[in-house]
Amino acid sequence: MPSNLIESLYIFMLAGFVGFLVIRRVSPLLHTPLMSLTNALDAIAVVGAIVLAGEHKSTFATVLGTIAVVAATVNIVGGFIITDRMLKMFKSSRPTK
Amino acid sequence: MTQEALVLYTIEFVYLIASVLFIFSLHWMSSPATARRGVFAGEIGMLLAVCGTLLHRDIVEWKYIVAALVLGSIIGIPLGKVQMTAVPQRTALSHAFGALCVTLVGTAEFYLQSPNISPFMMVVLAMEVILGSLTFTGSLMAAGKLQEILPQRPITYKGQNIVNLVFMLIAVGSAGYLVVHPGATHLFPLMVFIPLIIGVLMIIPIGGADMPTVISLLNSYAGLSAAAMGFVLNNKLLIIAGALDGSSGFILSVIMSKAMNRSFSNVLFGAFGQVQASAAATGEQKTARSATAEEAASILSAANKVVVVPGYGMAVAQAQHKVREMYDALTKKGVEVKFAIHPVAGRMPGHMNVLLAEADVPYDRLIEMDEINGDFAQTDVALIIGANDVTNPAARTDASSPIFGMPILDVDKARTVMVIKRGMSPGFAGIDNPLYYDDKTLMLFGDAKAFVGNIVRELSGGGH
Repeated sequence: MPSNLIESLYIFMLAGFVGFLVIRRVSPLLHTPLMSLTNALDAIAVVGAIVLAGEHKSTFATVLGTIAVVAATVNIVGGFIITDRMLKMFKSSRPTK
Repeated sequence: MTQEALVLYTIEFVYLIASVLFIFSLHWMSSPATARRGVFAGEIGMLLAVCGTLLHRDIVEWKYIVAALVLGSIIGIPLGKVQMTAVPQRTALSHAFGALCVTLVGTAEFYLQSPNISPFMMVVLAMEVILGSLTFTGSLMAAGKLQEILPQRPITYKGQNIVNLVFMLIAVGSAGYLVVHPGATHLFPLMVFIPLIIGVLMIIPIGGADMPTVISLLNSYAGLSAAAMGFVLNNKLLIIAGALDGSSGFILSVIMSKAMNRSFSNVLFGAFGQVQASAAATGEQKTARSATAEEAASILSAANKVVVVPGYGMAVAQAQHKVREMYDALTKKGVEVKFAIHPVAGRMPGHMNVLLAEADVPYDRLIEMDEINGDFAQTDVALIIGANDVTNPAARTDASSPIFGMPILDVDKARTVMVIKRGMSPGFAGIDNPLYYDDKTLMLFGDAKAFVGNIVRELSGGGH
């Protein structure tokens, strides 16, 4: 097994653990916006798709890469917009500040 | 340091910052007060990561990237501005887009690298593609059901699990062969297309009430496939984002399955949605009492404490704004009104909270099940709007009931229970609700929006 894969496994394990601790503290009130936010963050897959679409190694790869960039960008743009719209609606009855 | 190395280090450093911002982004989601800051952190992280990637030296062709970014934004903006009632299907659709991206990249990487793929790399690549493509069609199916393009009722047939298992074995089998023989390019399409079929078959037997669990599970799959893509591309930012998304979806599916009293393995293997028609009908004629909006309004205004229990019926009827008007009218009369939110009320985690927040109900009035259940004994009126199974006391008392053991809102402990419902038909699980025949229960028959509207009119005009 190449060493960078072992390194990746460590990162995956630690990130999963951090995710577990952080997400558990999210109020159930915000579970819907949480899901749309993680979805937008997950669209960071766009970075892989961008390189694929731009490196021009084969026409096939460029076509798939380009479609992948479109799909990920939809999630980034749409995901952040709707998450923010939802969060804006949550107001407390107690005046804050 | 050569210029090339400098660029590589710059990109890695930018990715590192983006990872930190992503973790903070989720950290700030813990409370409504800081949540919008979380979105901002996520946006900055994303912007940095994309800009950093554009520095990549391997990129020689720009026009497709730019065109794709523009086209994606054009499609993404309207998808970010859908109505709040359409949020569940929009979420399912976005899982499909994420999975599509991951699957396409995985496919392209395979054909670029084959046959020089190490066994471990092939395992990860297979996970990426299999999870990605089954999440793609599965999410499209879920979105179709939620949008009511596809029939919402579960479709079951004999041997369903065996068929799914056979397909899964074919997919995993071809993946296994590819691990040993990464040059067998003709097998790869099998590994993409079979999971596409599995995705469809997996969602066919799912009914509407199971959607919160299913959406969470698809969310988790989408995250895990993205993390697998990070392994393939050796991109640590992607591994981190995928792991965060994967664990988020995982935790949500565990919460949802607990709230429906489903076992953990039941969720993991996607075996949800078996509808058991209960044969528990006792045959004896039971009677329910009904009441008019006028009577309901006078009972409500005479109460000190009212707990409203919203369910999917409120979402379908789009009654949330009328419910807010009723909340205002009762609050003005000095009645204390709270909302009891069951974790699986609606079609996705947190669905009711978003709808009520949209209608300007303050979020501190929305109380989770565990917190509010103790309050019902001191509650004068529990008003149920379009919820059924989550209020069914049979879950507590009747060991033969299919939902026995499911945590419910203890509305039957309130002094008076009022249920707004179209008719006496049982809920999703096909289970009779004994609550409706209880002596202290009043049935308010009608469309949720119209009926609540009538109550509001009585409250404001009646002058009690």
